[in-house]
Amino acid sequence: MSIEVRGLCKHYNGFKAVHDVSAKLETGSLTALLGPSGSGKSTLLRMIAGLEVPDAGEIHLTGREATFASAKERNVGFVFQHYALFKHMTVFDNIAFGLRVRKQKEAGIRQRVYELLGLIQLTGYEKRYPSQLSGGQRQRVAVARALAPRPEVLLLDEPFGALDAKVREELREWILKLHEETNVTTLFVTHDQQEAMEVASRILIMNHGEIEQDGTPIEIFDKPATHFIAQFVGETNFIDTEVAEPGLAVWGPFRFSISPALAPKQKIRIYFRPNDVYVTAQLETLQVRAKIAKTRFKGTVLEYKLDIGEDKTLSAQVPKGVALASGFKEGQDVYAAITAFHVFPL
Amino acid sequence: MDNGKLIVSLKDGERGDPSRSLTEPRWVRWTLIAAALLFMALFVLVPLIQVFASALDKGISYYYDSIRDPDALSAIRLTLLAAFVSVLFNTVFGVASAWAIAKFRFPGKNLLLTLIDLPFTVSPVVSGLVYVLLFGLQGLLGHWLRDHDLQVIFAVPGIVLATLFVTFPFVSRELIPLMQEQGSEEEEAAMVLGAGGWQTFWKVTLPNIQWGLLYGIILCNTRAMGEFGAVSVVSGHIRGLTNTLPLHVEILYNDYNFTAAFAVASLLTFLALLTLAAKTLVGLKYGEERRILPAALERERA
Repeated sequence: MSIEVRGLCKHYNGFKAVHDVSAKLETGSLTALLGPSGSGKSTLLRMIAGLEVPDAGEIHLTGREATFASAKERNVGFVFQHYALFKHMTVFDNIAFGLRVRKQKEAGIRQRVYELLGLIQLTGYEKRYPSQLSGGQRQRVAVARALAPRPEVLLLDEPFGALDAKVREELREWILKLHEETNVTTLFVTHDQQEAMEVASRILIMNHGEIEQDGTPIEIFDKPATHFIAQFVGETNFIDTEVAEPGLAVWGPFRFSISPALAPKQKIRIYFRPNDVYVTAQLETLQVRAKIAKTRFKGTVLEYKLDIGEDKTLSAQVPKGVALASGFKEGQDVYAAITAFHVFPL
Repeated sequence: MDNGKLIVSLKDGERGDPSRSLTEPRWVRWTLIAAALLFMALFVLVPLIQVFASALDKGISYYYDSIRDPDALSAIRLTLLAAFVSVLFNTVFGVASAWAIAKFRFPGKNLLLTLIDLPFTVSPVVSGLVYVLLFGLQGLLGHWLRDHDLQVIFAVPGIVLATLFVTFPFVSRELIPLMQEQGSEEEEAAMVLGAGGWQTFWKVTLPNIQWGLLYGIILCNTRAMGEFGAVSVVSGHIRGLTNTLPLHVEILYNDYNFTAAFAVASLLTFLALLTLAAKTLVGLKYGEERRILPAALERERA
């Protein structure tokens, strides 16, 4: 295991920033730590880096116990959201900093810095100051600076959070490529689920200081483990109803076949994604009549607000091509079916 | 319709200068500027010229003699000593306290902040009196000091202490907002990269605060050299021994030796002009980095 935390806790004046968190990250893996703001993900990352001291629990880095080791002894690279580049140093001196404080030979430092400048595609920028670089370039320098002393672990705290959408997308691609080349065990914090899904091979989702789910992006998306994950990841509809009879729940005209383990009268919440709502103009099978109350154009999909009577509405997403071919209009009567859903007892 | 046309139509005949509608009429502007300049000339420039003119009243050789007088030389030495010790101590204390206040949370932080401001809020005379009450013969530590043959009041240590006290807040007050604004991310980055505490301080923190620090030191030095009230109380006015430059000026003046008084005063004035130039230079450099005029500028005394 390259990074392992066991029962890690950090409390501030009774507020549980991180509570009893355990996780193991394999050597060479690329993992995302996803969660809403205030969920404790940054605190967890900072504890792993040695910037915060845990109240309880253990941290092991490449098999060594490092719970109370100084930041210096851990040999981790850390990338801050706002870059934290040394303003008064050139790009070269920034990248060389970690090597110089380790008293390495200047010739070796030069070689390493130029190698990294090539890796971040900023060769020729070594004499510039951070203020003379764009946001994306600054963040790449920050990554190079963190990688310079050859850390065993690379930690990134919302690395692309301060950048605009276009640059963010480029840097995602770049960090993936970089990870393939360097193969450093990488853990990055983000509140952007799109980013987590695109970049990471594994996602840890945190909420209220605890890890709620640990899985691949597909698992997280298709098999949410908790209420929170079901409504946090991706867009979703949710409806509250109760078990009608063993194995069946009813909501308006919709019938859901559910686990027979749930007892009748049990209150449940059913989550289903807008793109799991199948909409047609003609009745096929097992569909429900609905009226398109509102249409919203969302780029690659069109979102419809469907009115199914009894004051009940749900949203459905249809790929743009399909929607345009079908010619759906506001006020039109259509037929809808829910093709996939998740049930959680309340 | 664009803005220019709009103004033309509203203020017909003004030839559509858009800035004109936003400023005062010409006569108001010139009256205000003239009033300000006249006031400045009358209250700053004339006295300044007067100092140098009076100093050279009896010729250049008398001027030199006044300055080379043993009592004057001793006053210069004492002033330089007090300023040097104040700057040295307050730089170290200022950086340490600003570091502690800006980068850490600890109990008593607000108390420390208030205490740092104390010398600004207390009248200098009271600051001097405090030392007299503490170290004077009738004071708290007076008997103990006398028994150990130590003299603080009416001696050099008292003067240094009083100067130290009144110049206490300059450096830390300058650095606290600067360091709070900068946060500690760069220091954290340095530490994760393997730098120790001293390495982080010398290579990351100090370069980031250097201009603010220099600014604080200049303010501290100016006040230390010019301080009158607190020093006057603890000095005892012993010529050649416990007189600083401002006190020496006062003594010469009270002796009706006006020309000598102004000669020595011209030294202080010259120092003030030098400091003003240095301050402006540093301020420019500092402003480039901060773009905010330091709050201490307003607090600084005339």
